[in-house]
Amino acid sequence: MKCGVVVFPGSNCDRDTVYAVESAGGEAFYLWHKETNLRGADCIILPGGFAYGDYLRTGAIARFSPIMKSVIDFADKGGLVFGICNGFQVLLESGLLPGAMMINKTLKFLGQDIFIRVEETDTPYTHDYYQGSVLRIPVAHFEGNYYADGDTLNLLEKEERVIFRYCERDGKISEKGNLNGSLNNIAGICSENRRVLGMMPHPERASAPILGKSDGFAMWKSLLKYFGEVA
Amino acid sequence: MSEENKVTLQTALEQGLTEEEFNKACSILGRTPNFTELGVFALMWSEHCSYKSSKYHLKKFPTEGKAVVQGPGENAGVIDIGDGLVAVFKVESHNHPSYVEPYQGAATGVGGILRDVFTMGARPAANLNSLRFGEPGHKKTPHLVKGVVAGIGGYGNCMGIPTVGGEVYFDKSYNGNILVNAFTLGVCGIDEIFKAVASGVGNKVIYAGSRTGRDGIHGAGLLASKAFQEDAEEKRPTVQVGDPFQEKKLLEACLEVMRKKLIVGIQDMGAAGLSSSSLEMAGRAGTGIIMHLDRVPTREAGMTPYELMLSESQERMLIVAEPHMVDKVREVFEKWDLNAVEVGEVTDDGLLKLYMHDELVAEMPAAPLSEEAPVYKRPYSRPSWQSSLANLDLDKIPVPRNFNETFKKMISSANLCSREWVFNQYDSTVGTDTVFEPGYDAALMRVKGHPMGIAISSDCNSRYCYLDPRTGGKLAIIESARNVACTGARPIAFTNCLNFGNPEKPEIMWQFVEAVEGISDAAAALDTPVVSGNVSFYNETGDSGIKPTPTIVMVGVIEDINKAVGMKFVAQGDIIALLGTTRPELGGSEYLELIHGITAGLPPAVDLDRERNLHNLLINLSKEQIINSAHDISDGGLAIAIAECLLTDPVRLGADVKLESELRPDIALFGESQGRVIVSVSPDELNNLRKMAVRYGVECEVIGEVDISKTLNITLNSEKIISADMTDIYKSWSKKFAEIVGE
Repeated sequence: MKCGVVVFPGSNCDRDTVYAVESAGGEAFYLWHKETNLRGADCIILPGGFAYGDYLRTGAIARFSPIMKSVIDFADKGGLVFGICNGFQVLLESGLLPGAMMINKTLKFLGQDIFIRVEETDTPYTHDYYQGSVLRIPVAHFEGNYYADGDTLNLLEKEERVIFRYCERDGKISEKGNLNGSLNNIAGICSENRRVLGMMPHPERASAPILGKSDGFAMWKSLLKYFGEVA
Repeated sequence: MSEENKVTLQTALEQGLTEEEFNKACSILGRTPNFTELGVFALMWSEHCSYKSSKYHLKKFPTEGKAVVQGPGENAGVIDIGDGLVAVFKVESHNHPSYVEPYQGAATGVGGILRDVFTMGARPAANLNSLRFGEPGHKKTPHLVKGVVAGIGGYGNCMGIPTVGGEVYFDKSYNGNILVNAFTLGVCGIDEIFKAVASGVGNKVIYAGSRTGRDGIHGAGLLASKAFQEDAEEKRPTVQVGDPFQEKKLLEACLEVMRKKLIVGIQDMGAAGLSSSSLEMAGRAGTGIIMHLDRVPTREAGMTPYELMLSESQERMLIVAEPHMVDKVREVFEKWDLNAVEVGEVTDDGLLKLYMHDELVAEMPAAPLSEEAPVYKRPYSRPSWQSSLANLDLDKIPVPRNFNETFKKMISSANLCSREWVFNQYDSTVGTDTVFEPGYDAALMRVKGHPMGIAISSDCNSRYCYLDPRTGGKLAIIESARNVACTGARPIAFTNCLNFGNPEKPEIMWQFVEAVEGISDAAAALDTPVVSGNVSFYNETGDSGIKPTPTIVMVGVIEDINKAVGMKFVAQGDIIALLGTTRPELGGSEYLELIHGITAGLPPAVDLDRERNLHNLLINLSKEQIINSAHDISDGGLAIAIAECLLTDPVRLGADVKLESELRPDIALFGESQGRVIVSVSPDELNNLRKMAVRYGVECEVIGEVDISKTLNITLNSEKIISADMTDIYKSWSKKFAEIVGE
């Protein structure tokens, strides 16, 4: 399994993501935003960071990078595209996923471990989890308050495209566990064909026992298994 | 040469030079400087840039050790951490700008210290911050806290460098002069270090990064070299504005040209901008530099040579490269959408020559400007009021009747409550190397692909330093070292930021000299040299100075990070032991100030031999994997330290502690005697703990047991005096900070 990790100016989780993929046994390489060749990647990852400084709207300029045209073509042809944090915001801006991000309801940067519940396991990214599992995982964002209009939300729910929801430690879905104020506690959603995934929390930061956080590791294992590289 | 403004003594005085300094400048040049040259002299000889009041005393610091690769004098210090790697680190103040404009002041403080580290060739791995604010109830405090914390987060988070720890304290002496000390540590190969030298005659000088604007003229350099008067608000335009996105690109571009070996030397433009970067690079190499200022990319038209040389615009670098590499350097910067412009050349005449459209506008000898900078042996004398501070009659201080209430009041006080409100606005996990996140005694970083870990702790108790600056200086060293040792890491070296009032006042200078002596003694005894640092004087508003605050950031190394020891209790049934002894000491304690409103007495005594033995014991307890946790006893004493071992989210454990003591109960619970650590150990390892403690000559007393009651019970001489539901305590402890800032 070869992951191409896109580097925008201002990306800052690109190296962490490559390290996490490699530590799970996958192959990963960097794709510069001015390139257009995806170099045979099986999965494109848009990493966290502050692409172009996020001075307009988060992700708003990154979507116009040369590489994004190739990424959108790739996704349209059924390719796997995974956006984490700022990468999720880029997916929303580029229309690969529906909705938008608003500033956290606390009006502050949110940098801490939170809990999310795995809602669906029928994606290439989550099939190694049990449905309903609660993951402890770091978030680090200022604009992670997911918003979509009522019709879109209904569609996402009906098609079971909400993959992760913010929750309390015991898995309870509540406002208390929803620190950034996202609608329907949405922490991650997928595309209609379930092959494009965007999530605000950082699985690459929860992939090493020495850090006391490894609940994100199964995402990389899911991907490897999807490509038949792990029994 | 142009004479756009006629320079007189009056002009020099207005720029902050003294008459004597002006005369010296004239004699170095052999003529009267023109306006641009005068500006450069004034900036380079400002207290902030020249260390003219402190230099003489700083020589006392131990600076050598077998792990030291680069001591003071470069952009940052460097130590060998094994496996062919080095750690590069420094702490620096950004106090005055942060008071004037908290968000940008703090943000650019972080930006500046990050550049100091990556200009040495190391990718920054961790930020820490030591912050001091005025009283919680002071009208400006919430605004300043919110702005500074958001600014630190705004810059560090965007850069993708984790902020992994630090300190936040409140004291009324900072009401009109907060402290923002920013620390960065980076890691690179020992053969990857770059120095700020302009060597190789004929080599090209390249300006890289953001454009130069009129911001920050008379900023860090001059703002930090005077006491505040009532016009602090009017100084806002002198604070620079940060752009972390530009800096992130600058970081990547600089590391790329370094790794590709395209450059000879590099220096960031921090305080004093283009002036100090060019003069220092030439000075270190013994060369000269020619610069064509009209080639410098600017944000606005019509900037004068004076403005170009004095601007403190952020995110800029000065690079020296061989002529055939210039195009390759430019290519890398262009890839990152950054400017890289050839502005000049290295020469052999030792002069800094500045041209504007081929007209010579300034000519100054480079080395003498820094080497012959004024050095003052300022008079110092013990303040008349110092002795009276030591008076503390414990008989007049009533022993609390209800220790439960006292304990609750203390743990949820401004200085002892949780700092989560602060830390949760920082990205502490980016980089995926943070093993101990903010809130631990010391932050602990892994180094991917290597077995070792790096422990970092910042510390300074300014109340101790106020009551006895010499002892306070020692205490800052030993506590930061003890925090590092608690994790199992050996303290290696430190960086410091010496924050004091106006050095022209003999009593302030006395505080400084005493603190430096104390720091030197303790550092020599612990074999932890200083490798970098800065001095921040003039921390005064009007006539009132801050309490002396020599911030120490200690860095240590643990050989095997898998053996690191945390501070929280981990298992039911573990034995709680106290290493070290509680002595009849209460002077300068948090308890005395908070409960009795008294700031007096002498700070706790220091025994450097015992302290060193304790650190060695802790390092070996980790190596042999004997203990399950270790937590330093500091502010608030033993009762607060044990509570801190239980404060997890959610609370899972409790502790049953039985103390036998002839001391006053408030001393036994809240005294701050040094050289003490709370450890927990499984019952079958207790004998090994005792044996090893004996071997290092450290007292080891079993004082209790970890249980699952979620309650802290403390019995003193068979009388139960504290019984606290830790889940309730957690709530008040974790909510207090939000109350302070009015949320």
